[in-house]
Order: sequence, then C-alpha cells, then structure tokens
Amino acid sequence: MALEQLDLFPRTALSVSALTQYLRTLLESDDLLQDVWVQGEISNLSRPTSGHIYFTLKDEYAALRCVIWRAQAQRLRVALQNGLAIEAHGYISLYERDGQYQLYVDALRLAGEGLLFQEFLRLKARLEAEGLFEPTRKRPIPAFPQRIGLVTSPTGAALQDMLNIIRQRYPLVEIVLAPVSVQGEEAASEVVRAIADLNQRERPSLIIVARGGGSLEDLWAFNDERVVRAIAASQAPIITGIGHETDFTLADFAADLRAPTPSAAAMLATPDGAELQHKVRQLERRLASALEARVQEEKHRLLLLRQRLERASPLRRVREDRQRLDYLSTWAAHHITSALRLRRLHLQGLQARLESLNPRAVLARGYAILQRPDGQTVQRVHQAAAGEILHAHLADGYLSTRVESLHPHPPPPPEGGTHA
Amino acid sequence: MPEPWKAVESLSYEEAYAELEQLVQRLESGQQSLEEAIRLFERGQALIRHCQALLDQAELRVRELGPSAALEDESPEEEAPL
Repeated sequence: MALEQLDLFPRTALSVSALTQYLRTLLESDDLLQDVWVQGEISNLSRPTSGHIYFTLKDEYAALRCVIWRAQAQRLRVALQNGLAIEAHGYISLYERDGQYQLYVDALRLAGEGLLFQEFLRLKARLEAEGLFEPTRKRPIPAFPQRIGLVTSPTGAALQDMLNIIRQRYPLVEIVLAPVSVQGEEAASEVVRAIADLNQRERPSLIIVARGGGSLEDLWAFNDERVVRAIAASQAPIITGIGHETDFTLADFAADLRAPTPSAAAMLATPDGAELQHKVRQLERRLASALEARVQEEKHRLLLLRQRLERASPLRRVREDRQRLDYLSTWAAHHITSALRLRRLHLQGLQARLESLNPRAVLARGYAILQRPDGQTVQRVHQAAAGEILHAHLADGYLSTRVESLHPHPPPPPEGGTHA
Repeated sequence: MPEPWKAVESLSYEEAYAELEQLVQRLESGQQSLEEAIRLFERGQALIRHCQALLDQAELRVRELGPSAALEDESPEEEAPL
C-alpha cells in the first residue's frame, strides 16, 4: 500500500546536503540540546596540532562524539585522559561532512563534582539557615596568643610553612600540633576529634585548621557537616586556612576568621614580632618622657613655692620699706629741683626787668647824664650855673665840660648839652 | 599605699606588655606622688627589659597532642599520606 502510494505520488528526493542541513536546523532549534550537561567516560582522545581536542564520551550503551575548540581547550583546568569520567557542557550540532552529530564542549568538570557541588550548596543553605555562619557568632582573634592548636597533616608542606611563619613572627607562642589526615574517609572525624581534644586538654588561645591546596574532592572533608559544627562549637576561636585563595569550604564559613591559605592563617594568628619590638621601644620613650615631665612639674612647683615663701618672708617687708623710702626720696628730690627751677625763672625775669632799668643801658643808646663833680645829677637847667664844671657821663667814661650859658625853654635845649 | 606587684619574670609577654601600657598611661596622667612616679618608672623599665628579653630569646616550642582516651578506644588507623 505504501509502496503503491509512493509510486502514485512520487516526491522529489532531497539532496544529502539539504537533509543534513534540515537535521542540523532541527537539532539547533532544540533548547535542551543547546545547553546540556552530559556525563560519560573519555575515549579516543585526540589532540592534533590544530589545538582542538576530539574525543568520544561513552557509557555502557552509547557513545557521543565531542569537540573542544582550541580557544576553550586552552582554558581547561581538568587534565583529560582516556578513561576519565567527566561531565561535559555544550551544545549538540551536526558535522555535515561526516553526517555526525556531536557535542561542542565549552565547559568540563570531573564526574561527581556537579553532584558534590549541589550537595555543598544544599548543606550550606541548611547550616546558614541555622545561623551557623552568622557574623555575630564570630569571636575576636586574640592579639597575643599564648598557645595555638594546629589541626593539620603532620606531613604536609602546610605545617612547615605555618611553623616557619610563626617562628619568624612570634616565637613566644607554644604550638600544639593535633595531627590529622586532611583527606579521605577518616579526615572529617579526625578533624572533629582534634578540635574537641585541643579545646578540652590544652585550652589554646586559638586553633588553626589548615590544609594545602587540592581538588574539590580533596578538600571535601572540610565541607563535612560534622567538621562545620565542630568549628562552630569550638571554645577557642578558629582560623581556617584551607586550599588556595579561590577555595571556599563550609569550614571557612563557620570559622571565626577565614584565611586564604595555611601561611596566611599563621600570619593572621600571630602578631608581628618586629612591630612588637617597635611598640616596646615606643613605650620605653613614653615612660622616660613621662618621668621627665613629672620631674619638671615637681621643679616648677618647687619654684612656685619658693616664690610664695619669699613673698611671705619678713625680709620682704624690710625690702618693701626700703623701696618705699627710695621712692619717697626720689620724689622729694624731684620736687626740690623743680621748685628751684621755678625760682630761677623768677629771678631771671627780675634780672631782665632790672637790666631794662639800668641807666648804663640808656647811655649805650647815645644819651648822657650830667653830674656835678660831687656826684649830684643835674636834671633841670637852673640846677647848673654858667662857668660850672659838669661831668657828662657816657657809656664808656665821662667828659669834663664847662657850662657856657643857661637856656631854659622856650628855646629847645641841645640834647643833654653834650657840646664839649 | 603601693600595690603589690607580681615578679616581672613570672609575667607572660601579653601580661607584661599590658601592664607596661597601663603603667605608662598612669605615669603620663601625673596623678601620683613623685616617689610613686619613680617607683612606676622603675617598674616600667623592668617590664620593658622583660618584654625585650622575651622577644629576643624566645624559641618556638612545638609539641604534639598525645592520643586521647577516646582515640585509643577506636581502632587507630594510618594517616592518609598527602
């Protein structure tokens, strides 16, 4: 029937290319196939010089061709090898030349990592809801620890790194090592017991829980719920230094302080010895200057007291009286001199007036005084007689003159009669 | 009355440093008698010597936590090599 129909209504055959393109479109339009994680084991791994990686992912019943382009291949953090169980992420498309559908991989992880991560997130959410990671639960790290409990592998490099740093920074501290395995079945229970034992028997100032770097699986013990609870319940504050910078474990969230590495944990746990030396020297200076200041203050007080004593002393009274006396005598001297000066001024005034009255001054201006030889001054014409000898006194001496005749007014007399 | 002081040698670094810090502050406040101030100063010097000696001479002491009773009860297992 079907054959007949085919014969009756023959359709145009599709080219292989057309069909293949159609299939490709179909695959690429499917949401699931464009964003999918696939789990399987690697086989037929091939790394040609182009830099792309080709392999087949297979399980018991099926196989899937996979490609990782060079750009993505360079960013892989998982070392691929045949037989390795992985989970690959990418999109399914069709390689038209071979008619092969394949997975174009853009991300890879080891099988189980995905599950582990899911579990990690679930446990984290649960413990977080319980309040185990609350910032308010975090206790302060003591500035000067006396005893540090170290929970770590006794054979790991992490232990030596931490001891070196602590020895360098703060050798005053005592280290109690609680050796544990840091990976494998027993790790979690050993860490839990070590934390409890340290707290109970050593009462350390703080505890460091540390482990060097490793894969997510290697660090898994530190995501164990028991370990997280033991850290949260520890009496001594706990610093974690687990894995590398980028690794976060649940133990880190529960710790009072999370350090990115074991070495960093050792640094955070101890004060810096050089800085302590510096601080002690600072205190030494402050101590000395405080005493110095105290002595200065005492000296000053003493000085003030001495001054008060001196003010209150009888000697001071004597001195004060003497001072008053000095004052008075200066005052008196001043008054005396000024009184004298005043008198002298008066005297000078009188002298000037007297001078103006001095007849000699009149003579100096060209006048003459007539006197009889007996000294009597002739003031009126009739006081003299004709033929009488009179002395005409001038400024620098006198002339002896004889009166010729008397001429009372009206004729105006020759002045002073100075005709010789 | 001067308070009794612990022997400097018996103090941990932390104790000595804390006392020193407090003592310097007290001395700086200048509330005490001169005699007391000198006493504080001498105590301070002793504390400083002690702190410096502790820092200079300290040797890191490391010891291992012995097995606990609980540990012995359970079957002791080899530690996984790193």
